[in-house]
Amino acid sequence: MLAEYFPILLFLIVAGGIGIALLLVGAVLGPRSKNKEKSEAYECGFEAFEDARMQFDVRYYLIAILFILFDLEIAFLFPWAVVFKQIGLVALVEMAMFLALLLLGFVYCWKKGALEWE
Amino acid sequence: MLSNFFHSWIHDPLIAHAGTFGLVVWLVLCILAIAVPVILTVALYVWWERKVLGWMHVRMGPNSVGPAGLAQTFADVFKLLLKEYFMPQAASKFLFVVAPLIALVPAFAAWAVVPFDDKVVLADVNAGLLYLLAMTSLGVYGIILAGWSSNSKYAMLGAMRSAAQVVSYEIAMGMALVGVLICAGSLNLSDIVRAQGGNWGIFNGFWLPLFPLFLVYFISGVAETNRAPFDVAEGESEIVAGFHVEYSGAPFAVFFLTEYANMILISFLASVLFLGGWNSIFPVSWGFLGAPGWWWLFVKAFFFAFFYLWFRAAFPRYRYDQIMRLGWKVFVPITIVWVLVAGCLVYFDIVGPGKV
Repeated sequence: MLAEYFPILLFLIVAGGIGIALLLVGAVLGPRSKNKEKSEAYECGFEAFEDARMQFDVRYYLIAILFILFDLEIAFLFPWAVVFKQIGLVALVEMAMFLALLLLGFVYCWKKGALEWE
Repeated sequence: MLSNFFHSWIHDPLIAHAGTFGLVVWLVLCILAIAVPVILTVALYVWWERKVLGWMHVRMGPNSVGPAGLAQTFADVFKLLLKEYFMPQAASKFLFVVAPLIALVPAFAAWAVVPFDDKVVLADVNAGLLYLLAMTSLGVYGIILAGWSSNSKYAMLGAMRSAAQVVSYEIAMGMALVGVLICAGSLNLSDIVRAQGGNWGIFNGFWLPLFPLFLVYFISGVAETNRAPFDVAEGESEIVAGFHVEYSGAPFAVFFLTEYANMILISFLASVLFLGGWNSIFPVSWGFLGAPGWWWLFVKAFFFAFFYLWFRAAFPRYRYDQIMRLGWKVFVPITIVWVLVAGCLVYFDIVGPGKV
């Protein structure tokens, strides 16, 4: 059972190897020339005004939280979908209730304006 | 069969002479037999993209390097590899180097579970679809780490935009996958393809009963890969190149490779999940036209890959708030409702393995 996953592990390693090989080739073949102006962060030719790690819009944070919630719901839906045929009507009704609750929460954040970008 | 030939001439002697180590060598050979063609396909796909865009703009596209410009991409790759490996002073050194790798590895590793033909799949695992969802989700780490570690405002803004967009469309994508799961009753991709076999050719595919989910899946796939018309992450008129503005040379080539490998992956997955994978688009009874085979999967994937290019030539870029509105306010409700519809369809035996 677990042996089936061994090729995947190998694939991860080989893919990493391909990436490292590409980066190494680039590092070896490419020229090197350092100067102060070049090693500054690119800001259309200006010197950087302030730190790049500035405050960002709180809505990105909101999107991240909503993503976690909804992705969890999907994780719950996956096993249900696989055995749906075996369980029958109970599965259908239960999941209709689950999705109705999900929709309720979704409508709530929609009404609260969590999905607005104006 | 070709695979039998390889099995008896390479697999068996390797196992006989080297045991477990031989098995590892065999698996690495198999992996390279997937990864190297993917890289070559990316090169040809870039050439094809430039050609198609050229024709759609009524110009020639690349036509000087090699026959019909075919060697253009290879020339570009070598040029990129010969450029300076540059790192800004303020960057977080380790993350800056690792970010392209974190982006590349899942884009390649996801191919492990893609079934090319009946039993021609590297890892025929039970949780194939779950693994795919995990791998496509991991790609966003590469983007956000690249943007953060560059310590540049453009990169930071591009990464934030891109990450928010990718995770938003991920939800619609995951819900569309749930619809496929209900109809197929299995997480194994080979089983999903087999569930779409039957006497009706292309009309056995899940795209017909799950049509809204099919559209949502492919459009989300376009948004996931940050391609036009959803390419605000690298919107060159506002934030120059987005998250990879500080990358040059080989690391940039890695990001480029990742993006195109992901596009081809989405094309293959859309074919496997909705258009019946290796099954013929014609009824089985039509002789050799109806015979299943890997070529059908490739034809279908080419169809989707072409749509990517067509979208890029046809649509203007979406504004960011429009992208988020489409993802959250249109796609998420559609998918939630259609998952229920799919549940009813399967419960009342209208759709299911071998039906339609």
